[in-house]
Amino acid sequence: MSDSLVTFANVSRFYGEVLGINKVNLSIPPGITSLVGPNGSGKTTLMNLMTGLIRPTQGEIKVLGIAPDHPERLCTVIGYCAQFDAFPKGLTGHQFLYWFLRMHGMSHEECDRRTAAALERVSMTAAAGRPVAAYSKGMRQRVKLAQAIAHDPQVLVLDEPLNGLDPMARAETIALFREWGQNGRHVIVSSHILHEVDQISDQVILLSQGYVVAEGAIQGVRDEVKEQPMQILVRCNDPGGLAARLFLQDHMVEAKISRDRKGLLLRTTDADRFYLLLNQVILDSGLEVESIAPADDDVNSVYQYLIGEGGTL
Amino acid sequence: MTRLGNGPLWLRQIAAVLRLEMKKTFFSKRGWWIYCLAAGPVAITLLHWLFELRARAGANHRLGDDSIAFAALFQFFYLRATIFFGCMGIFSNLFRGEMLEKTLHYYYLVPMRRELLAIGKYLAGLSVALVLFVGSTAAAFLTIGRHFGPAWTDYLYHGPGLSQLGSYMLVAALASIGYGAVFLLCGLFFRNPMIPAAVVFVWENLNPFLPPMLKKISVIFYLRSLCPVEVPVPPPFSVMVIDADPTPAWIAVFGLLAVSLILLAYTAVSARQTEINYGE
Repeated sequence: MSDSLVTFANVSRFYGEVLGINKVNLSIPPGITSLVGPNGSGKTTLMNLMTGLIRPTQGEIKVLGIAPDHPERLCTVIGYCAQFDAFPKGLTGHQFLYWFLRMHGMSHEECDRRTAAALERVSMTAAAGRPVAAYSKGMRQRVKLAQAIAHDPQVLVLDEPLNGLDPMARAETIALFREWGQNGRHVIVSSHILHEVDQISDQVILLSQGYVVAEGAIQGVRDEVKEQPMQILVRCNDPGGLAARLFLQDHMVEAKISRDRKGLLLRTTDADRFYLLLNQVILDSGLEVESIAPADDDVNSVYQYLIGEGGTL
Repeated sequence: MTRLGNGPLWLRQIAAVLRLEMKKTFFSKRGWWIYCLAAGPVAITLLHWLFELRARAGANHRLGDDSIAFAALFQFFYLRATIFFGCMGIFSNLFRGEMLEKTLHYYYLVPMRRELLAIGKYLAGLSVALVLFVGSTAAAFLTIGRHFGPAWTDYLYHGPGLSQLGSYMLVAALASIGYGAVFLLCGLFFRNPMIPAAVVFVWENLNPFLPPMLKKISVIFYLRSLCPVEVPVPPPFSVMVIDADPTPAWIAVFGLLAVSLILLAYTAVSARQTEINYGE
Protein backbone atom coordinates (compact mmCIF):
# COMPACT_ATOMS: atom_id res chain seq x y z
CA MET A 1 0.00 0.00 0.00
CA SER A 2 2.77 2.45 0.94
CA ASP A 3 4.24 1.93 -2.52
CA SER A 4 1.37 3.97 -3.93
CA LEU A 5 1.77 6.83 -1.44
CA VAL A 6 4.01 9.78 -0.85
CA THR A 7 4.82 9.59 2.85
CA PHE A 8 6.52 11.91 5.30
CA ALA A 9 7.35 10.36 8.68
CA ASN A 10 8.21 12.93 11.36
CA VAL A 11 10.11 15.03 8.82
CA SER A 12 11.78 18.28 9.85
CA ARG A 13 13.98 20.55 7.83
CA PHE A 14 15.90 23.49 9.22
CA TYR A 15 17.93 26.05 7.26
CA GLY A 16 20.53 26.79 9.87
CA GLU A 17 18.38 28.07 12.70
CA VAL A 18 15.45 28.88 10.44
CA LEU A 19 12.57 26.43 10.42
CA GLY A 20 11.50 25.10 7.06
CA ILE A 21 9.03 22.46 8.17
CA ASN A 22 8.72 20.73 11.52
CA LYS A 23 7.61 17.21 12.46
CA VAL A 24 5.52 16.68 9.38
CA ASN A 25 3.63 13.40 9.10
CA LEU A 26 1.79 12.98 5.84
CA SER A 27 0.48 10.23 3.69
CA ILE A 28 -0.55 11.51 0.28
CA PRO A 29 -2.68 9.18 -1.83
CA PRO A 30 -3.03 9.35 -5.64
CA GLY A 31 -5.17 12.18 -7.00
CA ILE A 32 -4.81 15.93 -6.89
CA THR A 33 -3.43 17.26 -3.63
CA SER A 34 -3.04 20.97 -3.00
CA LEU A 35 -0.54 22.48 -0.63
CA VAL A 36 -1.92 25.72 0.69
CA GLY A 37 -0.30 28.27 2.91
CA PRO A 38 1.18 31.75 2.90
CA ASN A 39 4.73 32.53 1.82
CA GLY A 40 7.21 30.92 4.19
CA SER A 41 4.74 28.30 5.38
CA GLY A 42 6.88 25.45 4.00
CA LYS A 43 5.17 24.51 0.73
CA THR A 44 8.29 24.71 -1.43
CA THR A 45 10.39 23.04 1.27
CA LEU A 46 7.94 20.13 1.27
CA MET A 47 8.15 19.87 -2.53
CA ASN A 48 11.94 20.14 -2.63
CA LEU A 49 12.15 17.41 0.01
CA MET A 50 9.94 14.96 -1.87
CA THR A 51 11.86 15.56 -5.11
CA GLY A 52 15.24 15.06 -3.43
CA LEU A 53 16.56 18.57 -4.12
CA ILE A 54 17.09 19.00 -0.38
CA ARG A 55 17.37 16.45 2.41
CA PRO A 56 15.48 16.36 5.69
CA THR A 57 17.25 17.32 8.89
CA GLN A 58 15.37 14.42 10.45
CA GLY A 59 12.66 11.97 9.52
CA GLU A 60 12.03 9.78 6.51
CA ILE A 61 10.41 10.44 3.15
CA LYS A 62 9.23 7.85 0.66
CA VAL A 63 7.82 8.52 -2.78
CA LEU A 64 6.03 5.38 -4.00
CA GLY A 65 8.36 3.47 -1.70
CA ILE A 66 11.53 5.17 -3.03
CA ALA A 67 13.76 7.28 -0.80
CA PRO A 68 14.59 10.66 -2.41
CA ASP A 69 18.33 10.18 -1.85
CA HIS A 70 18.33 7.79 -4.82
CA PRO A 71 17.72 10.22 -7.70
CA GLU A 72 18.50 7.55 -10.29
CA ARG A 73 15.37 5.70 -9.13
CA LEU A 74 13.22 8.53 -7.83
CA CYS A 75 13.40 10.75 -10.90
CA THR A 76 11.97 8.06 -13.17
CA VAL A 77 8.68 8.30 -11.25
CA ILE A 78 8.62 11.98 -10.37
CA GLY A 79 8.37 15.17 -12.40
CA TYR A 80 8.83 18.57 -10.79
CA CYS A 81 7.83 21.93 -12.18
CA ALA A 82 9.76 24.17 -9.79
CA GLN A 83 9.03 27.81 -9.09
CA PHE A 84 12.35 29.04 -10.53
CA ASP A 85 11.81 30.98 -13.74
CA ALA A 86 15.23 30.11 -15.16
CA PHE A 87 16.41 27.95 -18.04
CA PRO A 88 19.74 26.72 -19.39
CA LYS A 89 21.11 29.37 -21.72
CA GLY A 90 20.91 29.18 -25.48
CA LEU A 91 18.33 26.40 -25.80
CA THR A 92 15.09 26.37 -27.74
CA GLY A 93 11.96 24.94 -26.17
CA HIS A 94 12.45 21.70 -28.09
CA GLN A 95 16.13 21.42 -27.13
CA PHE A 96 15.30 22.11 -23.48
CA LEU A 97 13.02 19.08 -23.33
CA TYR A 98 15.02 16.91 -25.70
CA TRP A 99 18.40 17.17 -23.95
CA PHE A 100 17.10 16.49 -20.48
CA LEU A 101 15.23 13.47 -21.85
CA ARG A 102 18.49 12.27 -23.41
CA MET A 103 19.97 12.28 -19.91
CA HIS A 104 17.35 9.69 -18.99
CA GLY A 105 19.20 7.42 -21.39
CA MET A 106 16.48 7.33 -24.04
CA SER A 107 17.21 7.08 -27.75
CA HIS A 108 17.09 10.04 -30.12
CA GLU A 109 13.80 8.86 -31.64
CA GLU A 110 12.19 8.28 -28.25
CA CYS A 111 13.28 11.72 -26.99
CA ASP A 112 12.03 13.39 -30.17
CA ARG A 113 8.67 11.68 -29.88
CA ARG A 114 8.23 12.47 -26.18
CA THR A 115 9.38 16.07 -26.66
CA ALA A 116 6.84 16.63 -29.43
CA ALA A 117 4.05 15.00 -27.41
CA ALA A 118 4.78 17.00 -24.25
CA LEU A 119 5.00 20.29 -26.15
CA GLU A 120 1.74 19.53 -27.89
CA ARG A 121 0.12 18.73 -24.55
CA VAL A 122 0.82 22.27 -23.36
CA SER A 123 0.06 23.87 -26.75
CA MET A 124 3.66 24.91 -27.35
CA THR A 125 4.37 23.08 -30.61
CA ALA A 126 4.38 26.25 -32.69
CA ALA A 127 6.97 27.93 -30.45
CA ALA A 128 9.17 24.84 -30.01
CA GLY A 129 11.91 26.11 -32.32
CA ARG A 130 12.23 29.50 -30.64
CA PRO A 131 14.77 30.18 -27.86
CA VAL A 132 13.25 29.84 -24.40
CA ALA A 133 14.78 33.25 -23.58
CA ALA A 134 12.35 34.81 -26.08
CA TYR A 135 9.26 33.24 -24.48
CA SER A 136 6.67 35.17 -22.48
CA LYS A 137 6.23 34.26 -18.81
CA GLY A 138 3.19 32.14 -19.61
CA MET A 139 5.10 30.25 -22.32
CA ARG A 140 8.02 29.66 -19.98
CA GLN A 141 5.62 28.30 -17.41
CA ARG A 142 4.11 25.95 -19.99
CA VAL A 143 7.45 24.71 -21.28
CA LYS A 144 8.49 23.98 -17.69
CA LEU A 145 5.31 21.99 -17.26
CA ALA A 146 6.03 20.13 -20.51
CA GLN A 147 9.50 19.29 -19.21
CA ALA A 148 8.02 17.95 -15.97
CA ILE A 149 5.56 15.63 -17.77
CA ALA A 150 7.73 14.61 -20.75
CA HIS A 151 9.00 11.40 -19.15
CA ASP A 152 5.48 10.39 -18.09
CA PRO A 153 6.01 10.40 -14.30
CA GLN A 154 3.68 8.80 -11.75
CA VAL A 155 4.09 11.74 -9.38
CA LEU A 156 3.83 15.27 -10.71
CA VAL A 157 4.90 18.02 -8.31
CA LEU A 158 4.04 21.57 -9.33
CA ASP A 159 5.07 24.70 -7.47
CA GLU A 160 2.71 27.54 -8.33
CA PRO A 161 2.05 26.08 -11.79
CA LEU A 162 -0.73 28.49 -12.73
CA ASN A 163 1.40 31.61 -12.27
CA GLY A 164 1.57 33.74 -15.38
CA LEU A 165 -0.89 31.67 -17.40
CA ASP A 166 -3.68 33.33 -19.33
CA PRO A 167 -7.26 32.07 -18.70
CA MET A 168 -7.21 29.70 -21.67
CA ALA A 169 -3.85 28.17 -20.71
CA ARG A 170 -4.99 27.99 -17.10
CA ALA A 171 -8.09 26.03 -18.07
CA GLU A 172 -5.99 23.68 -20.25
CA THR A 173 -3.51 23.17 -17.45
CA ILE A 174 -6.23 22.42 -14.91
CA ALA A 175 -7.73 19.94 -17.38
CA LEU A 176 -4.33 18.26 -17.59
CA PHE A 177 -4.11 18.01 -13.78
CA ARG A 178 -7.58 16.48 -13.66
CA GLU A 179 -6.70 13.95 -16.36
CA TRP A 180 -3.52 12.93 -14.55
CA GLY A 181 -5.28 12.76 -11.20
CA GLN A 182 -8.07 10.63 -12.61
CA ASN A 183 -5.50 8.24 -14.10
CA GLY A 184 -4.42 7.26 -10.60
CA ARG A 185 -1.32 9.42 -10.53
CA HIS A 186 -0.27 11.88 -7.88
CA VAL A 187 -0.58 15.55 -8.79
CA ILE A 188 0.75 17.69 -5.95
CA VAL A 189 0.12 21.38 -6.51
CA SER A 190 0.87 24.51 -4.56
CA SER A 191 -0.96 27.63 -5.48
CA HIS A 192 -2.22 30.93 -4.20
CA ILE A 193 -5.12 30.90 -6.63
CA LEU A 194 -7.40 29.35 -4.10
CA HIS A 195 -10.66 29.04 -5.94
CA GLU A 196 -8.94 27.05 -8.68
CA VAL A 197 -7.21 24.81 -6.15
CA ASP A 198 -10.56 24.42 -4.48
CA GLN A 199 -12.17 23.27 -7.72
CA ILE A 200 -9.56 20.75 -8.72
CA SER A 201 -8.29 19.25 -5.46
CA ASP A 202 -9.17 15.83 -4.14
CA GLN A 203 -7.42 16.74 -0.91
CA VAL A 204 -5.68 19.71 0.65
CA ILE A 205 -2.76 20.10 3.03
CA LEU A 206 -2.83 23.35 4.94
CA LEU A 207 0.51 24.65 6.15
CA SER A 208 1.41 27.42 8.51
CA GLN A 209 4.89 28.40 9.67
CA GLY A 210 6.32 25.00 8.87
CA TYR A 211 3.55 22.95 10.42
CA VAL A 212 0.75 20.97 8.81
CA VAL A 213 -2.38 22.42 10.40
CA ALA A 214 -4.91 20.27 8.54
CA GLU A 215 -5.05 17.68 5.79
CA GLY A 216 -7.66 15.68 3.95
CA ALA A 217 -10.62 16.29 1.66
CA ILE A 218 -11.76 19.91 1.79
CA GLN A 219 -15.13 18.92 3.30
CA GLY A 220 -13.39 16.68 5.83
CA VAL A 221 -10.97 19.39 6.81
CA ARG A 222 -13.86 21.74 7.25
CA ASP A 223 -15.61 19.25 9.54
CA GLU A 224 -12.50 19.09 11.71
CA VAL A 225 -13.04 22.71 12.62
CA LYS A 226 -15.84 21.96 15.01
CA GLU A 227 -15.57 25.10 17.04
CA GLN A 228 -15.97 27.29 13.97
CA PRO A 229 -19.57 27.88 12.85
CA MET A 230 -20.38 26.78 9.33
CA GLN A 231 -22.08 29.19 6.96
CA ILE A 232 -24.99 27.93 4.92
CA LEU A 233 -26.97 29.92 2.40
CA VAL A 234 -30.64 28.98 2.03
CA ARG A 235 -32.77 30.55 -0.70
CA CYS A 236 -36.47 30.20 0.05
CA ASN A 237 -39.81 32.04 -0.03
CA ASP A 238 -39.88 32.91 3.71
CA PRO A 239 -36.40 33.54 5.10
CA GLY A 240 -37.79 35.57 8.03
CA GLY A 241 -40.00 32.71 9.22
CA LEU A 242 -37.17 30.25 8.84
CA ALA A 243 -34.82 32.51 10.84
CA ALA A 244 -37.42 32.78 13.64
CA ARG A 245 -37.69 28.97 13.90
CA LEU A 246 -33.96 28.49 13.76
CA PHE A 247 -33.15 30.94 16.52
CA LEU A 248 -34.89 28.70 19.03
CA GLN A 249 -31.99 26.25 18.54
CA ASP A 250 -28.81 26.47 20.62
CA HIS A 251 -26.50 25.64 17.71
CA MET A 252 -27.50 28.71 15.74
CA VAL A 253 -25.04 31.60 15.96
CA GLU A 254 -26.18 34.13 13.38
CA ALA A 255 -28.68 34.63 10.59
CA LYS A 256 -28.74 37.35 7.93
CA ILE A 257 -31.56 37.93 5.45
CA SER A 258 -30.39 39.02 2.02
CA ARG A 259 -31.48 42.32 0.46
CA ASP A 260 -33.78 40.61 -2.02
CA ARG A 261 -35.62 38.97 0.91
CA LYS A 262 -35.15 35.57 -0.74
CA GLY A 263 -31.97 34.36 0.93
CA LEU A 264 -30.91 33.52 4.47
CA LEU A 265 -27.24 33.26 5.41
CA LEU A 266 -26.88 31.16 8.55
CA ARG A 267 -24.03 30.34 10.87
CA THR A 268 -24.40 27.14 12.82
CA THR A 269 -22.09 25.04 14.97
CA ASP A 270 -23.92 21.82 14.08
CA ALA A 271 -24.74 21.47 10.42
CA ASP A 272 -26.30 18.01 10.83
CA ARG A 273 -28.88 19.27 13.34
CA PHE A 274 -29.56 22.26 11.14
CA TYR A 275 -30.39 20.08 8.14
CA LEU A 276 -32.73 17.89 10.28
CA LEU A 277 -34.48 20.99 11.54
CA LEU A 278 -34.78 22.43 8.05
CA ASN A 279 -36.54 19.26 6.90
CA GLN A 280 -38.93 19.59 9.81
CA VAL A 281 -39.68 23.24 8.97
CA ILE A 282 -40.39 22.32 5.36
CA LEU A 283 -42.80 19.60 6.49
CA ASP A 284 -44.50 21.77 9.12
CA SER A 285 -44.87 25.08 7.26
CA GLY A 286 -44.65 24.16 3.60
CA LEU A 287 -41.52 26.31 3.16
CA GLU A 288 -40.48 26.41 -0.50
CA VAL A 289 -36.73 26.01 -0.70
CA GLU A 290 -35.00 27.03 -3.90
CA SER A 291 -31.44 26.06 -2.93
CA ILE A 292 -29.22 25.14 0.00
CA ALA A 293 -25.45 25.56 -0.26
CA PRO A 294 -22.55 25.65 2.15
CA ALA A 295 -21.05 29.12 1.89
CA ASP A 296 -17.62 28.54 3.35
CA ASP A 297 -16.39 25.11 2.35
CA ASP A 298 -13.73 26.58 0.12
CA VAL A 299 -10.06 26.37 0.96
CA ASN A 300 -9.78 30.03 1.76
CA SER A 301 -12.45 29.93 4.44
CA VAL A 302 -11.04 26.81 6.00
CA TYR A 303 -7.59 28.34 5.94
CA GLN A 304 -8.78 31.53 7.57
CA TYR A 305 -10.49 29.55 10.31
CA LEU A 306 -7.44 27.47 11.00
CA ILE A 307 -4.75 30.09 10.78
CA GLY A 308 -6.63 33.20 11.79
CA GLU A 309 -6.33 36.70 10.40
CA GLY A 310 -2.53 36.55 10.41
CA GLY A 311 -2.58 33.88 7.78
CA THR A 312 -3.85 36.01 4.96
CA LEU A 313 -3.00 34.50 1.58
CA MET B 1 9.87 3.45 -20.40
CA THR B 2 11.96 2.16 -23.26
CA ARG B 3 15.66 2.82 -23.15
CA LEU B 4 17.04 2.29 -26.59
CA GLY B 5 20.35 3.23 -28.11
CA ASN B 6 23.79 1.75 -27.96
CA GLY B 7 25.99 1.19 -24.97
CA PRO B 8 25.24 0.94 -21.27
CA LEU B 9 22.91 3.47 -19.65
CA TRP B 10 25.61 5.26 -17.68
CA LEU B 11 27.64 5.86 -20.84
CA ARG B 12 24.64 7.26 -22.70
CA GLN B 13 23.86 9.54 -19.77
CA ILE B 14 27.43 10.86 -19.60
CA ALA B 15 27.36 11.37 -23.36
CA ALA B 16 24.10 13.36 -23.09
CA VAL B 17 25.52 15.61 -20.36
CA LEU B 18 28.72 16.05 -22.36
CA ARG B 19 26.87 17.06 -25.51
CA LEU B 20 24.52 19.48 -23.77
CA GLU B 21 27.37 21.09 -21.84
CA MET B 22 29.50 21.37 -24.99
CA LYS B 23 26.59 23.06 -26.70
CA LYS B 24 26.27 25.51 -23.82
CA THR B 25 30.00 26.04 -23.17
CA PHE B 26 31.45 26.33 -26.67
CA PHE B 27 31.07 29.78 -28.18
CA SER B 28 29.09 31.08 -25.22
CA LYS B 29 29.15 34.86 -24.92
CA ARG B 30 30.01 34.52 -21.25
CA GLY B 31 33.31 32.84 -22.14
CA TRP B 32 34.66 35.57 -24.44
CA TRP B 33 37.53 36.36 -22.11
CA ILE B 34 38.64 32.72 -22.12
CA TYR B 35 38.84 32.78 -25.92
CA CYS B 36 40.86 35.99 -25.66
CA LEU B 37 43.22 34.30 -23.18
CA ALA B 38 43.69 31.36 -25.56
CA ALA B 39 44.11 33.60 -28.60
CA GLY B 40 46.53 35.98 -26.83
CA PRO B 41 49.75 33.96 -27.18
CA VAL B 42 48.89 33.05 -30.77
CA ALA B 43 48.41 36.72 -31.52
CA ILE B 44 51.80 37.49 -29.95
CA THR B 45 53.60 34.84 -32.04
CA LEU B 46 51.74 35.96 -35.18
CA LEU B 47 52.86 39.54 -34.58
CA HIS B 48 56.39 38.27 -33.96
CA TRP B 49 56.29 36.34 -37.24
CA LEU B 50 54.97 39.31 -39.22
CA PHE B 51 57.47 41.66 -37.57
CA GLU B 52 60.39 39.37 -38.35
CA LEU B 53 59.16 38.88 -41.93
CA ARG B 54 59.27 42.65 -42.47
CA ALA B 55 62.75 42.72 -40.99
CA ARG B 56 65.08 40.08 -42.35
CA ALA B 57 64.64 36.52 -41.20
CA GLY B 58 67.27 35.65 -38.63
CA ALA B 59 68.69 39.16 -38.56
CA ASN B 60 67.65 39.92 -34.97
CA HIS B 61 68.12 36.58 -33.29
CA ARG B 62 68.82 32.89 -33.77
CA LEU B 63 66.34 30.04 -34.03
CA GLY B 64 67.36 28.80 -30.59
CA ASP B 65 66.34 32.17 -29.13
CA ASP B 66 62.80 31.61 -30.38
CA SER B 67 62.81 28.17 -28.77
CA ILE B 68 63.70 29.74 -25.41
CA ALA B 69 61.23 32.57 -26.01
CA PHE B 70 58.45 30.03 -26.55
CA ALA B 71 59.50 28.12 -23.42
CA ALA B 72 59.19 31.36 -21.43
CA LEU B 73 55.88 32.19 -23.10
CA PHE B 74 54.60 28.73 -22.28
CA GLN B 75 55.72 28.62 -18.66
CA PHE B 76 54.86 32.17 -17.68
CA PHE B 77 51.89 32.97 -19.91
CA TYR B 78 50.24 29.68 -20.78
CA LEU B 79 50.67 27.76 -17.55
CA ARG B 80 50.37 30.65 -15.10
CA ALA B 81 47.73 32.73 -16.86
CA THR B 82 46.00 31.28 -19.91
CA ILE B 83 45.42 27.72 -18.76
CA PHE B 84 45.12 28.55 -15.06
CA PHE B 85 42.51 31.29 -15.43
CA GLY B 86 40.94 29.66 -18.46
CA CYS B 87 40.33 26.47 -16.50
CA MET B 88 39.04 28.53 -13.60
CA GLY B 89 36.53 30.19 -15.93
CA ILE B 90 35.45 26.96 -17.56
CA PHE B 91 35.39 24.44 -14.72
CA SER B 92 34.33 26.49 -11.72
CA ASN B 93 31.24 27.57 -13.65
CA LEU B 94 30.10 24.06 -14.44
CA PHE B 95 28.31 23.77 -11.10
CA ARG B 96 28.56 27.28 -9.67
CA GLY B 97 27.29 28.88 -12.88
CA GLU B 98 24.22 26.62 -12.81
CA MET B 99 23.64 27.58 -9.18
CA LEU B 100 23.87 31.29 -10.00
CA GLU B 101 21.53 30.90 -12.97
CA LYS B 102 19.18 28.69 -10.92
CA THR B 103 19.24 25.87 -13.45
CA LEU B 104 21.07 23.10 -11.57
CA HIS B 105 17.80 21.56 -10.40
CA TYR B 106 16.99 20.48 -13.96
CA TYR B 107 20.06 18.23 -13.87
CA TYR B 108 19.25 17.02 -10.38
CA LEU B 109 15.77 15.97 -11.46
CA VAL B 110 17.11 13.56 -14.06
CA PRO B 111 17.25 9.89 -13.08
CA MET B 112 21.02 9.60 -13.22
CA ARG B 113 23.64 9.21 -10.57
CA ARG B 114 25.02 12.62 -9.69
CA GLU B 115 28.51 11.15 -9.90
CA LEU B 116 27.85 10.67 -13.61
CA LEU B 117 26.65 14.25 -13.90
CA ALA B 118 29.91 15.50 -12.36
CA ILE B 119 31.94 13.32 -14.72
CA GLY B 120 29.92 14.44 -17.74
CA LYS B 121 30.36 18.07 -16.84
CA TYR B 122 34.09 17.58 -16.23
CA LEU B 123 34.55 15.87 -19.59
CA ALA B 124 32.66 18.67 -21.33
CA GLY B 125 34.86 21.30 -19.67
CA LEU B 126 37.95 19.26 -20.47
CA SER B 127 36.99 18.96 -24.13
CA VAL B 128 36.64 22.73 -24.40
CA ALA B 129 39.88 23.33 -22.48
CA LEU B 130 41.84 20.84 -24.61
CA VAL B 131 40.62 22.32 -27.87
CA LEU B 132 41.36 25.87 -26.73
CA PHE B 133 44.61 25.49 -24.84
CA VAL B 134 46.30 22.56 -26.57
CA GLY B 135 45.21 24.03 -29.91
CA SER B 136 46.50 27.45 -28.93
CA THR B 137 49.81 25.97 -27.74
CA ALA B 138 50.30 24.12 -31.03
CA ALA B 139 49.36 27.15 -33.11
CA ALA B 140 51.69 29.46 -31.17
CA PHE B 141 54.61 26.98 -31.34
CA LEU B 142 54.21 26.44 -35.09
CA THR B 143 54.01 30.18 -35.69
CA ILE B 144 56.86 31.47 -33.55
CA GLY B 145 59.69 30.33 -35.84
CA ARG B 146 57.90 30.49 -39.19
CA HIS B 147 59.96 33.48 -40.26
CA PHE B 148 63.04 31.24 -40.41
CA GLY B 149 61.44 29.45 -43.38
CA PRO B 150 63.15 26.17 -44.38
CA ALA B 151 65.36 26.26 -41.27
CA TRP B 152 62.23 26.15 -39.09
CA THR B 153 60.75 23.31 -41.18
CA ASP B 154 64.00 21.43 -40.81
CA TYR B 155 63.97 22.14 -37.06
CA LEU B 156 60.47 20.74 -36.83
CA TYR B 157 60.85 17.61 -38.93
CA HIS B 158 64.49 16.71 -38.55
CA GLY B 159 65.39 18.40 -35.30
CA PRO B 160 63.79 18.43 -31.84
CA GLY B 161 60.83 20.59 -33.00
CA LEU B 162 58.08 17.99 -33.19
CA SER B 163 59.21 16.34 -29.98
CA GLN B 164 59.11 19.71 -28.20
CA LEU B 165 55.69 20.43 -29.69
CA GLY B 166 54.45 17.06 -28.42
CA SER B 167 55.81 17.80 -24.95
CA TYR B 168 54.21 21.24 -24.81
CA MET B 169 50.89 19.85 -25.99
CA LEU B 170 51.11 17.08 -23.38
CA VAL B 171 51.88 19.61 -20.64
CA ALA B 172 49.01 21.86 -21.77
CA ALA B 173 46.68 18.84 -21.72
CA LEU B 174 47.89 17.76 -18.26
CA ALA B 175 47.52 21.32 -16.98
CA SER B 176 43.93 21.37 -18.25
CA ILE B 177 43.25 18.01 -16.61
CA GLY B 178 44.83 19.04 -13.29
CA TYR B 179 43.54 22.60 -12.98
CA GLY B 180 40.19 21.42 -14.35
CA ALA B 181 39.79 18.94 -11.50
CA VAL B 182 40.87 21.59 -8.95
CA PHE B 183 38.41 24.19 -10.20
CA LEU B 184 35.52 21.79 -10.65
CA LEU B 185 35.88 21.00 -6.96
CA CYS B 186 36.13 24.71 -6.07
CA GLY B 187 32.98 25.42 -8.09
CA LEU B 188 31.05 22.82 -6.16
CA PHE B 189 32.19 23.86 -2.70
CA PHE B 190 32.67 27.62 -2.81
CA ARG B 191 30.01 30.23 -3.37
CA ASN B 192 32.75 32.47 -4.80
CA PRO B 193 35.43 30.35 -6.52
CA MET B 194 37.63 33.44 -6.98
CA ILE B 195 38.81 33.11 -3.38
CA PRO B 196 40.23 29.56 -3.64
CA ALA B 197 41.48 30.43 -7.15
CA ALA B 198 43.46 33.35 -5.73
CA VAL B 199 44.94 31.09 -3.03
CA VAL B 200 45.93 28.45 -5.60
CA PHE B 201 47.32 31.14 -7.90
CA VAL B 202 49.58 32.61 -5.20
CA TRP B 203 50.70 29.11 -4.14
CA GLU B 204 51.52 28.06 -7.69
CA ASN B 205 53.49 31.25 -8.38
CA LEU B 206 55.46 31.03 -5.16
CA ASN B 207 56.58 27.55 -6.19
CA PRO B 208 60.11 28.39 -7.39
CA PHE B 209 60.89 30.01 -4.04
CA LEU B 210 59.49 27.25 -1.83
CA PRO B 211 61.54 24.53 -0.10
CA PRO B 212 61.76 21.25 -2.12
CA MET B 213 59.17 19.46 0.04
CA LEU B 214 56.56 22.18 -0.42
CA LYS B 215 57.34 22.55 -4.12
CA LYS B 216 55.98 19.08 -4.68
CA ILE B 217 52.51 20.04 -3.40
CA SER B 218 51.56 21.87 -6.55
CA VAL B 219 50.58 21.28 -10.15
CA ILE B 220 53.12 23.66 -11.67
CA PHE B 221 56.13 21.81 -10.23
CA TYR B 222 55.28 18.64 -12.15
CA LEU B 223 54.28 20.51 -15.28
CA ARG B 224 57.57 22.45 -15.35
CA SER B 225 59.56 19.26 -15.01
CA LEU B 226 57.88 18.01 -18.19
CA CYS B 227 58.68 21.11 -20.23
CA PRO B 228 61.34 20.33 -22.87
CA VAL B 229 63.25 23.62 -22.65
CA GLU B 230 64.39 25.18 -19.38
CA VAL B 231 63.91 28.90 -18.92
CA PRO B 232 66.73 30.69 -17.09
CA VAL B 233 65.42 32.78 -14.19
CA PRO B 234 66.66 36.35 -14.51
CA PRO B 235 68.29 38.21 -11.60
CA PRO B 236 67.36 39.30 -8.98
CA PHE B 237 64.84 36.43 -8.76
CA SER B 238 67.50 33.86 -9.58
CA VAL B 239 69.11 34.24 -6.15
CA MET B 240 65.81 33.46 -4.44
CA VAL B 241 65.03 30.33 -6.42
CA ILE B 242 65.48 27.09 -4.52
CA ASP B 243 66.47 24.17 -6.70
CA ALA B 244 64.82 20.79 -6.31
CA ASP B 245 65.52 17.49 -8.03
CA PRO B 246 63.36 17.28 -11.15
CA THR B 247 60.66 14.65 -11.02
CA PRO B 248 60.96 11.78 -13.50
CA ALA B 249 58.53 12.26 -16.38
CA TRP B 250 56.51 9.13 -15.70
CA ILE B 251 56.00 10.09 -12.06
CA ALA B 252 54.99 13.61 -13.08
CA VAL B 253 52.48 12.35 -15.65
CA PHE B 254 50.95 9.57 -13.58
CA GLY B 255 51.13 11.64 -10.39
CA LEU B 256 49.16 14.46 -11.98
CA LEU B 257 46.65 12.07 -13.46
CA ALA B 258 46.25 10.29 -10.15
CA VAL B 259 45.76 13.54 -8.20
CA SER B 260 43.25 14.73 -10.81
CA LEU B 261 41.39 11.45 -10.57
CA ILE B 262 41.23 11.67 -6.77
CA LEU B 263 39.92 15.25 -6.92
CA LEU B 264 37.37 14.28 -9.57
CA ALA B 265 36.22 11.27 -7.54
CA TYR B 266 35.83 13.48 -4.45
CA THR B 267 33.85 16.04 -6.47
CA ALA B 268 31.63 13.30 -7.92
CA VAL B 269 30.88 11.81 -4.50
CA SER B 270 30.28 15.29 -3.04
CA ALA B 271 27.88 16.14 -5.88
CA ARG B 272 25.61 13.39 -4.58
CA GLN B 273 25.36 15.21 -1.24
CA THR B 274 24.86 18.66 -2.73
CA GLU B 275 21.50 20.31 -2.23
CA ILE B 276 19.80 22.87 -4.39
CA ASN B 277 20.16 26.14 -2.53
CA TYR B 278 19.81 29.19 -4.71
CA GLY B 279 20.00 31.49 -1.72
CA GLU B 280 16.33 32.43 -1.68
